[in-house]
Amino acid sequence: MVVEQILFFALGSLLLLAGLGVVTLKNPVHAAMSLVLTFFTSSMLWILLRAEFLGIVLILVYVGAVMVLFLFVVMMLDINTTPLREGFARYLPVGGLVAALMAAQMVAVLSSKHFGFDNFAPPAPVIEGSNTEALGMELYTNYVYPFEIAAVILLVAIVAAITLTHRKREGSKTQDINRQVQVRRDDRVRIVKVASESSEGHGA
Amino acid sequence: MITSTLLLTIALSPLVGAIIAGLFGKQVGRGGAHTVTILGVAISTALSLYVLKLIAMDGHPAVNMSIYTWFEIGSIKAEVGFLVDSLSALMMCVVTSVSLMVHIYTIGYMKDDPGYQRFFAYISLFTFAMLMLVMSNNFMQLFFGWEAVGLVSYLLIGFWYKRPTAIFANLKAFLVNRVGDFGFLLGIGMLLAYLGTLDYATAFARAPELVGQTFTPWGSTEWAVPTVICILLFIGAMGKSAQVPLHVWLPDSMEGPTPISALIHAATMVTAGIFMVARMSPLYELSETALSFILVIGAITALFMGLIGVVQNDIKRVVAYSTLSQLGYMTVALGASAYSAAIFHLMTHAFFKALLFLGAGSVIIAMHHQQDLRRMGGLSKYMRVTWITAWVGTLALIGFPGTSGFFSKDAILIAVQHAERPGATFAYICVLLGVAITAFYSFRMLYLAFHGKERFGHDNDHAHDAHHDDHGAHDDHHDDHGHHSGPPHESPWVVTLPLILLAIPSLLIGAFTAGPLLFGNFFDGAIFVAEGRAPLAEMAQHFEHGPLAFALHGFITVPVWLALIGFGVATYIYLFNPAVAEKAKQVLAPIHRILDKKYGFDELYQALFARGSVAMGKLFWQAGDQAVIDGALVNGSAGLVARTAFAIRRLQSGFLYHYAFMMILGLIVVIGAFALLQ
Amino acid sequence: MIPLNWWLILAAMLFCISVAGIFINRKNIIVLLMAIELMLLSVNMNFVAFSRYLDDMAGQVFVFFILTVAAAEAAIGLAILVVLFRNRRTINVGELDSLRG
Repeated sequence: MVVEQILFFALGSLLLLAGLGVVTLKNPVHAAMSLVLTFFTSSMLWILLRAEFLGIVLILVYVGAVMVLFLFVVMMLDINTTPLREGFARYLPVGGLVAALMAAQMVAVLSSKHFGFDNFAPPAPVIEGSNTEALGMELYTNYVYPFEIAAVILLVAIVAAITLTHRKREGSKTQDINRQVQVRRDDRVRIVKVASESSEGHGA
Repeated sequence: MITSTLLLTIALSPLVGAIIAGLFGKQVGRGGAHTVTILGVAISTALSLYVLKLIAMDGHPAVNMSIYTWFEIGSIKAEVGFLVDSLSALMMCVVTSVSLMVHIYTIGYMKDDPGYQRFFAYISLFTFAMLMLVMSNNFMQLFFGWEAVGLVSYLLIGFWYKRPTAIFANLKAFLVNRVGDFGFLLGIGMLLAYLGTLDYATAFARAPELVGQTFTPWGSTEWAVPTVICILLFIGAMGKSAQVPLHVWLPDSMEGPTPISALIHAATMVTAGIFMVARMSPLYELSETALSFILVIGAITALFMGLIGVVQNDIKRVVAYSTLSQLGYMTVALGASAYSAAIFHLMTHAFFKALLFLGAGSVIIAMHHQQDLRRMGGLSKYMRVTWITAWVGTLALIGFPGTSGFFSKDAILIAVQHAERPGATFAYICVLLGVAITAFYSFRMLYLAFHGKERFGHDNDHAHDAHHDDHGAHDDHHDDHGHHSGPPHESPWVVTLPLILLAIPSLLIGAFTAGPLLFGNFFDGAIFVAEGRAPLAEMAQHFEHGPLAFALHGFITVPVWLALIGFGVATYIYLFNPAVAEKAKQVLAPIHRILDKKYGFDELYQALFARGSVAMGKLFWQAGDQAVIDGALVNGSAGLVARTAFAIRRLQSGFLYHYAFMMILGLIVVIGAFALLQ
Repeated sequence: MIPLNWWLILAAMLFCISVAGIFINRKNIIVLLMAIELMLLSVNMNFVAFSRYLDDMAGQVFVFFILTVAAAEAAIGLAILVVLFRNRRTINVGELDSLRG
């Protein structure tokens, strides 16, 4: 039990620190790396909550794919970060105040006796197959249609991302049938009247 | 045997004729149109007479059958069905036979009119609608027939639709009838609400349940249900049968062609109200109040409309006012519980009034569509048949002993004299005076048209021009006649034959049918009179010795003497001493003015309802539509949105973080509220 | 034993950090997107915690779907960002105000 609590506090504080790093670090690359750390720690926390599959997926999908995407973009776009940082100090008090206010409110709401969250013990774990299997059973039975829709959403996202970023390259040879059909004689052929040369004229 | 096929044939054959003449008028041509419609109505007439014979002579029981169920809502059924008993059989015969006469007459009267086929289609359609009305066995079909005859009447009054006066008249007829029909519909609705049925037989059987029930229109006012129902239904009858104060449309309806005036506005449609009240006698017998109301309304109509007839100069309008007055007589009879007398007078009146109208039409043809009595006179030697039949009609109208009108009118007078309900004395005085008035204006018209000096001649062409505008719709017609500058001559046989055929029943039908209709058991089962009310008992005593003796006895009764006084005065003034008329006009100038203005009903309605609705429309247009709807609602809401948007637009900075800030602020407020409220 | 509200409070604090991040990094759209990822993470954390404490698999299923949608959102968001940068040569949110009313 105590081990669990120690782990919770250690990972929790690491999570919050990494989160703070995301929003405060100057360099976007560092911020992205900090975000990777956030995901790692929360993945650990989820495993602590016996959501092993989601913990792994978070690392695989987020750290492996999404965060790499972030890093790509950050590095690919040659961003001048100086103007982006302006106003950071100016907005820090307001942002901090709002965040603190909200945090205070949420803590007040969550720790009140109203919901009874404070002594809500987790049920005894029932060892009956793995978490992955249980999640799979849910997904492919009760949630099979949402699952299909999620797949379609991903497909749409891929198509949309490609369509948005696709760019016609200069100098690539492609056939434009419209233009071929619409072509007119004047575009291709020019008839030039050339005065015939006569020997007399030449002679004169 | 009365079968459904027989009854359907009677009702539908005029409809078939109307459809052929109306939709295929061009293909069948003029001859085809009148042949097919006359054939249809002739079949109806023959079969109706057969039905009447079965019921009256062979003792065939009354027939009540449903042909078709239109729809059913819960326990309410809307059906098409026929109830044929002595009352409806008699009405069917009157309707079809007068209609047949009018069809034949129309061949002559309308022979040059471009709307020939249309006219035949309309009158056949009318016959169908009227038959559906009288043969109906339920209120739904009654209402259908009621509205259908109103529609055809509207179409026919405006038959010459290029004349503005005709269009005004038909609109007026339609609107005034709408007032009546509204009451009628309310009456039917109330009956349905309290009895839960539209069927006559069921409704009449359950009618006694209504006694003692009260209806609370507002507050603590309580009205007896039978009285309210009866008066509402009678308001419908007031519209259709042109009783004061809903009578204003009937005189104007004379804008329609004369055969229509005879068929619809004298003989049949206007009597639909009378028929309806007689048919509903089991209901009306429940309410003494309603009967008193009917009695008084009828009496007012009978006397005061007759008085207007005295000052009219248009030959058709004189007959029209006389029709109003006679309808008043029938209504009085209904009010006195003498339903059989009302129906009897309805029948005799249908014949002699159709005769008078058709006679007037014949005169109008002869005078090249000149309708002003002051430009006639001395026609008797030019048109013998018309003259003689007009005399017959006039005698019947004034109730000369022996003619049909005598029996029916006497029955009404005696019934009113012995009626014991509020208003009966007033009604009796009115109808007695009415007898003298009737005689006076009838003979005035007869003398002005057929006797005395000839007042047409050279003047005729002039008048002809003056009327040219009015008769724009049948100019061709006119020009044809315009070439005859010779003296007026008798109308063709298609015109005179119906006159003769109508003159015979006008003279004789009363004597033959008074006995069974009034005192026999002919109407048993069809008309219901409460126990202890025998309005015609007195007359029955005198009638014991047969119609001839009764007619002779008539010479010593008050009404006949009053009629003779009217006759005498009219004879003196208009036959021997025309100057007296002018003098009387000057001496009695105020009264003449009132009568000439028809008591100001038209002006009153014009000022109150027509201008009132125009003013109301203007109010709604300016205050309601332009100010509230256009100004406040449509443009106002758009303007409000625009102004609000203008104000709110400044919040839209376009910067992402402002929007995010707003969302977070909202979140803080929601969580804060949650934290505070728990 | 860890009570449920510890988890919830942890997630709430992570959420507040990302809110603060949105405030203070208002010009840098990349960090804004990262802050949104953090917010989604904190929401997912709540879902997982509830799923554990209520012994209900549905919470984890939702996390699964949220991850899917978040991945899609990140992909499209970054694609838009690339196109934006290509067209405007900047990702400064302060200069993007075409939506101004």
